[in-house]
Amino acid sequence: MEQKTKIHAEDGRQELTVTRIFELPVDLLFQAYTDAAIVAEWMGTKVLKLENKAHGGYQFETTDPMGNKHGFNGVIHEIVPNEKITRTFQMEGTPFPVQLEFLEFESIDADNSKLTMHIVYKTAEWRDRMLQMPFAFGINMAHNRLQEIVDELR
Amino acid sequence: MELRRDVFQAIADPTRRAILTLVALQAMTPTAIAENFDSSRQTISKHIQILTECELLRQEQTGREIYYYINAKKMKEVADFIEPFRKMWDDRFNKLESIMKQRKSKNA
Repeated sequence: MEQKTKIHAEDGRQELTVTRIFELPVDLLFQAYTDAAIVAEWMGTKVLKLENKAHGGYQFETTDPMGNKHGFNGVIHEIVPNEKITRTFQMEGTPFPVQLEFLEFESIDADNSKLTMHIVYKTAEWRDRMLQMPFAFGINMAHNRLQEIVDELR
Repeated sequence: MELRRDVFQAIADPTRRAILTLVALQAMTPTAIAENFDSSRQTISKHIQILTECELLRQEQTGREIYYYINAKKMKEVADFIEPFRKMWDDRFNKLESIMKQRKSKNA
């Protein structure tokens, strides 16, 4: 079976692309990114702030299975309904530098849409570290593992 | 690092992925591989060369024939690198899709 979510990551580059086709009209897909309650549900995080406007900020807080809280935040640079969101993303309390995300929403037909997420990292090395840390958002990751990784980077 | 870039470029190409799929089933000679494609023998040879250079395929001489084998270890290395990250996003997107489908049917 063909995989629904695809990652394109060429080695030695400081970027990657995530693509996914949804069985959803584009407006519903877009809404899943702008409605705080919905974001909280599918990202598995608490949404402290989500300002859907240019220069608006967002702030998430996730509690891992060990009960530790992890903060994430960023700034929305540009937002065009049902078309695109350009934003930064940063994990608080980790050495990971801020990353730049270009989200593009495309309508395929009345019932299907496509999301392309182009992420640019500070360097190729940071991108690879992020790739190797799939549970970076803390949802499924024990705090110990994060600590190990952070310690390794020091 | 140079080698790694080649690996990702190698697997990004559909013909090369098809070659890997074929050879994964059984070791093959270049001629046998080329018979499965409409492309010229030279084109397929070039693809095989790239796959060999980045160690996804390895060759073994048997009598007068060269056979290509898949290098499972290398394949696994490449797949493992991206897969957990992909899986994380796939799980999230599946959730997003099911949540929005429910809302859609509720509002319909």
